[in-house]
Amino acid sequence: MMDMPSIHPHDLGPTPAAPLPELPEHSSRGRLERVLRRGEFAITAELNPPDSANPDDVYERVAHFDGWVDGINATDGSGANCHMSSVAICALLTRVGYSPILQISCRDYNRIAIQGNVLGAAALGVCNVLALTGDGVQGGDHPEAKPVFDLDSTSLLATMKKMRDERTFLSGRKITDPPRLFLGAAENPFAPPYDWRPLRLAKKIAAGAQYFQTQYCYDIPLLKSFMQKVRDMGLDKQAYILVGVGPLPSAKTAKWMRSNVAGVHIPDAVIKRLEGAENQKAEGIKLCIDLIQEIHEIAGVAGVHIMAYRQEESVGHIVSESGILKGRQPFRRAFATLADSEMPPSTVAMGQVGAPA
Amino acid sequence: MSRVPAAFEPAGKAPRDGKKFALRFWSNAHSRGMEITYSIVEKFLRGAAPLFKAIGYERLEKPVAAVEASIKGALFDCRMCGQCILSSTGMSCPMNCPKNLRNGPCGGVRANGNCEVYAEMPCVWVKAWEGSKAMEHGDKIMNVQPAIDHRLKGRSSWLAVSRGAHE
Repeated sequence: MMDMPSIHPHDLGPTPAAPLPELPEHSSRGRLERVLRRGEFAITAELNPPDSANPDDVYERVAHFDGWVDGINATDGSGANCHMSSVAICALLTRVGYSPILQISCRDYNRIAIQGNVLGAAALGVCNVLALTGDGVQGGDHPEAKPVFDLDSTSLLATMKKMRDERTFLSGRKITDPPRLFLGAAENPFAPPYDWRPLRLAKKIAAGAQYFQTQYCYDIPLLKSFMQKVRDMGLDKQAYILVGVGPLPSAKTAKWMRSNVAGVHIPDAVIKRLEGAENQKAEGIKLCIDLIQEIHEIAGVAGVHIMAYRQEESVGHIVSESGILKGRQPFRRAFATLADSEMPPSTVAMGQVGAPA
Repeated sequence: MSRVPAAFEPAGKAPRDGKKFALRFWSNAHSRGMEITYSIVEKFLRGAAPLFKAIGYERLEKPVAAVEASIKGALFDCRMCGQCILSSTGMSCPMNCPKNLRNGPCGGVRANGNCEVYAEMPCVWVKAWEGSKAMEHGDKIMNVQPAIDHRLKGRSSWLAVSRGAHE
């Protein structure tokens, strides 16, 4: 009982759905920004959205992440396939106290729709956004759809920064109550032009990005050389970098992914390791844990983003086995409010002792 | 297979194959020369502003846009977005990107440097990066470009520059 880790008292509000109390210097009232600013190694996970109109499908899937992650990405038509919308999933998640990350893909909406959605999402309690270009429509289930691409991910960041900081739409029209957002962007250190990727990070920071989530990392040397340049430019001090990871279910899937999923780079050595294993699925999870531990040691990395597509049930095991929580307790639905967390008084006291790193 | 073109893509025109010669790749490979040439053109355009004003910019719009489209179309596969940023993109026209990205590559660039959407076409931004490295003011590629103004599509960037627009 005494050893039970507790939630940081700053990370709980009076009710599950209520926004957390404001903190100085923070641009959002969200838990993800708090965890990162405290210097804790943050964990986010990607939620595979349902092809259904049933909210229970969302709650069932997210239950696998309960108590293990600091942010939950609700994907936005990823791979250009149609699913429940990111805004709707985020709204369902904020209702019960989770910290969702709203993904916005420039492929599907113009600037009018995007800005309206950003305001609406913020009103529904969403504190984090991730600005994405979006996969091309040719790869999805509706290749005949019109690709919009009115903004790009960088101009989308600049748009949201303007909405938040200058309190205006892109048109200059006034916003009475601005969206309090923690702005995120994606980066793929594993795709050409490799030597420009760190500079692209700098450009997105200039446009407004405060944190990054990267594409799947299976190539540690490539990540290390990317991070070296990022540190040389001091970019790791200007934004938080969360490196993407995920368990590969089999060598066959890994081969399929690298030739069919845009931007995924998987070295041959990884495929060989899976092929040589008796239980490829278990080896894939072990590989993911090994990668997380190596990534954790790289200076300038602020966290990991776990994309366990169709293996959501393994996220808890991956997080706990990799040892990156170091006794920390991310948000749990059972402890949705400060009052709940006070149930076992000793745990709250512990959380206060073990406060900011 | 036919695809739905993005806003600035001409329907029915096949994307460039990187293995075949195209003037656009040549221009990009000679980005420094293009930069010097354009600096002369730019001086002329700004100097001619009083003359253009006397004739009337609106009267000049159609003929100048037609000349610009044919020259830049040949050299860069220009899509006449009307707000040219070639000097900030290594002389690689970003409107040839099927996602119309104006600030850099997406995460889908293939390991061989080709486009995610058009497997045979070199990524416009891989080329932009190469081109900008050879230019004197190649660091302009780091400028955050604002959201595109779709009203300017088809209009002359040259006349806009003459009137004082900046890249």
